[in-house]
Formats: sequence, structure tokens, C-alpha cells
Amino acid sequence: MLYSKKVMEHFTKPKNVGVIEDPDGKGIVGNPKCGDTMEITIKVKDDKIDDIKFRTFGCASAIATSSVTTVMAMGKSLDDAMKMTRNDVAQELDGLPPHKMHCSNLAVDALHKAIENYRENKKE
Amino acid sequence: MRVYMDHGATTAVDPEVKKVMMRFFSDEFGNASQMYEYGRNAAMAVQEARERVAKLIGAEQDREIVFNSGGTEGDNTALKGILLGKKNKKKHMITSVIEHPAILRTAEFLETQGIRVTYLPVDNFGLISLEDLKKEISSETALVSIMHANNEIGTIEPIKEIGEIAHDAGALFHTDAVQTVGKIPVDVKKLNIDLLSLSSHKFYGPKGVGALYKRQGIRFEPLMHGGGHEKGYRSGTENVSGIVGLGKAAEIAQKVLLKEKEKLTKMRDRIIDNMLKVEDTILNGHRTKRLPHNANISFKYVEGEALILRLDAIGIYGSTGSACSTKKLEASHVLLAIGLRHEVAHGSLRLTLGRWNTDKEVDYVIKEVPRVINELREMSAFRKETEEYVMSLKDEHDDDHFET
Repeated sequence: MLYSKKVMEHFTKPKNVGVIEDPDGKGIVGNPKCGDTMEITIKVKDDKIDDIKFRTFGCASAIATSSVTTVMAMGKSLDDAMKMTRNDVAQELDGLPPHKMHCSNLAVDALHKAIENYRENKKE
Repeated sequence: MRVYMDHGATTAVDPEVKKVMMRFFSDEFGNASQMYEYGRNAAMAVQEARERVAKLIGAEQDREIVFNSGGTEGDNTALKGILLGKKNKKKHMITSVIEHPAILRTAEFLETQGIRVTYLPVDNFGLISLEDLKKEISSETALVSIMHANNEIGTIEPIKEIGEIAHDAGALFHTDAVQTVGKIPVDVKKLNIDLLSLSSHKFYGPKGVGALYKRQGIRFEPLMHGGGHEKGYRSGTENVSGIVGLGKAAEIAQKVLLKEKEKLTKMRDRIIDNMLKVEDTILNGHRTKRLPHNANISFKYVEGEALILRLDAIGIYGSTGSACSTKKLEASHVLLAIGLRHEVAHGSLRLTLGRWNTDKEVDYVIKEVPRVINELREMSAFRKETEEYVMSLKDEHDDDHFET
């Protein structure tokens, strides 16, 4: 099974690894049985993603999709970030092996959770 | 540095082996069934290889060796050949849950053909229980097939005793010895073995060739019907160069086996001892009843495919039982059978040593693997602090995704 060059780049040198202390929003999704757990923390300024970090337990494509998701989301308005899909992420990486499309491509779900979490926090 | 430590998967062909094989491609290319010189030379070379393989495993007669295409064929032939044989009246076989897929999938096929199959469980070390075997075996049992050593976790099964129990009940005993022949002493007579599968590429011979040992007097239905090669037990023109390579590999193994075993055991123990110094790690398999070249460690909070590819990037080649590394996304059946939870099975690393590994390479592995583990743990969302939380979520959403 071969990963694209872009997957390998993001896997070996992932961007925005870590966790934001005192984040505005936080989302975790995952399936530990299947092997992937993703956490995204965000800082929001003027309704845009001002900073974003991820931590991921999972395979190469789980790490790569997390990394590229943070890169794609950085600076985006929250509405635009909510429109991002798993397919967008996979395309940005020049594709994923078919059996990796679901389980290791959940970072965008974690991102959406983080944004929802931010919006809920704001209401309170 | 490039460090190959996946000898359980396959080995490089020994240069000595390659050298003797070369003659049998374009020069001595004859069909071993023909009577003229080209044919005779090929037949003589096959015969010499047969004697060498017989000697390596302590077979009484070289005609007890049936050359074939490797371990999968040996396993298929033994199981189907005995259970589905025309004269076989016993419709039961016993195997274990940690066998190689070549046994397990074949056993499942036999179940569709009216054969009852008992799959013995294993303990946390991967050992079957002789008491379990005694309970399950009966006069209806035609065959017991238990691997000599497990390919993933390296556990060596008590096959001498297993063979004895099988014989007492009037059953035959087959062992998949793909991981042991050429690595540790194997003597078919001392170990009460009736049928044994071996594969050339696991001990520095070429791929695509192997042998099935069958004790004299045992008959089975061949998998390949045809021109009656290998005394009718495996038709098909002999793979002469491959067989010659296997023979040479067997001859070399015979000479170096004990010394190599000692050297690899030391290296293995150094790897295991150092890996266990890393926090939250466990050894998979048995500490001493273990293949001399096999180290299998689970690192918690790390996923194996990511680990393998990170190690690949720095020139260390090993393997994992992680679900994420397979197309079906299923964790290793062996790791689950010894009681590992899915999350722990994910973090397994198998390093299997071989003839050309050096102490320097072991030093490199001991230094680099913990560093890579640390890096991956640093970026992991599943960690000690979050474990309880993550696991509680898993329980709520039993078999699908959990979310916060």
C-alpha cells in the first residue's frame, strides 16, 4: 500500500502539532478500537481561526490528514471551516487509499466539533 | 544506516546460495524427468538438495521430503491431503487460534467440507495447554496441526508433547515449522512429527520454494495432480534452481545454526531489555520459550503503522500487528488471542533479527526506537492522562465512533 508524496510529507513533518492552552474551542473524535483518536484545539479572533493545533493517535494517514486539516483551516472564517469536508482533505493530500478514507480521515470532524464547542461556549 | 530487522517476513538470499543457483537457469536448465545428460544433472542436483533438507530436519530418508512452493502449500497439502484423503474416515482435526492464515483459512475451508475443527486457545504467552489438547482429542481425530513457533510473537510450542498426545490417540501430527527450520534445531523424530511444512525464504534461500516432510508410510491426497513428480505427491516440473537454493540454504543452516542462535539470542535480549525500559511497554510472547531472533513489544499510546513508517524514514525496517497496517483494518489475531486489548495491539512492533545484523545495528535500534516512540506519544491524543476518558467514551459507543 502506497501513500501519496503529500501524505508522507505531512506525516513525517506534521504542521501545528500540540495543544493550545486555554483554547476557545476543543474537539475530540475517534475510534480507539480502529486506532484513530484526534483532538483539535482552536483560538478564534474576529470569527476566524486565529490558531489551531492537533494531537492524533493513529496511522500515517491519520496524522497527515490532521496536519493538513490544520493548515487548511488556519485563517479561515468559522463558516468556511464548517464547510470543509473529508473529501477536501483527501484531495488536498492527492488522495488516500480507499480503506483509509473513513477511519483515518476524521480530523475535519474534530475541527467541526471544536468550532461547535466554541460557539456553545460563547452562548453561555 | 539501513537496518533490516524483518527476517520473520523474509530473508535475503545468502550469496553462497545464489552462487549455486545460477548454474541452473541457462546452463543446467534440463527437466529433471528426462534421462539424457541435462535431465540427469538436474535430477542429481535435486537429489542432493533433498538429502541436505532431510539431514537438516533429521528425516530418516530423503524420500520423506516433498518439494513444493513454500509454507502455504505445505500447510494446505497437509491439512487437505489428510482430512480429505480418499481413505480417511476420521472427520475431526485440532489446531490453535494463533496459527498462520495458511492453516486457519484452510481449516475454515475444511469446515465447509464436513470436517469438524477444534481451535485450541492459548494463554497470555501464546502457549497452548496440553490438558486442553487431551480433552479435545479422540479416536475421531485424524490430524493435530500446531505451529512449532509463532511467526508474530515467537512463542515456541511444546510440540514434542503435542506429538506424543496425538500419537497416543491415533492421530497424525503436522507442524508448521516455517519460522523454526534453519533457526533452531528441528528433529522430526525426536519431536514426534509426522508432517512438517518449511519454507526456503525464511532461512536465506530463494522465495517460491519449500518442502513438506512426510514420515515414511504416511499417504495423503496430493494438492497437485499431474505428471507424478515427487513420487506423485506433488506434480509439476521441479523448480530446479529453487530446490538447489533451498538445499544449499539447508546445508549452510546446518553448519551455522547453533552459533547463529546464540548470537541472535543475545541481540534479541538486548533489544527486549532496552525496549522494556521505555515507559508503558509490554513484551508480547514468552520471555524464554521464544525464537532466538524475535522481539515483539507493544508500546501503549502509539499506533504501529505510524511507528513502522517513522522507523522506515530513518532506515529501520520492522513490522507491526496493528489493524491500521492491513487492508482489512483488523488487528493481529495472535495479539488479540494472547489477551491484548485493541488499543494495545495497535502499538506492537516486531523486530526479527537475522544472519547479517550487527551489534552496531542493535545499538542504533535501541537508541532510535525510544526516540521515535517519544515523538509519536508527544503528538498522540490518546495518552495516559486521557486514557480513562477515551475508554469511557468507547464503552458508550460500543463499536462505532465516539465523540465529545
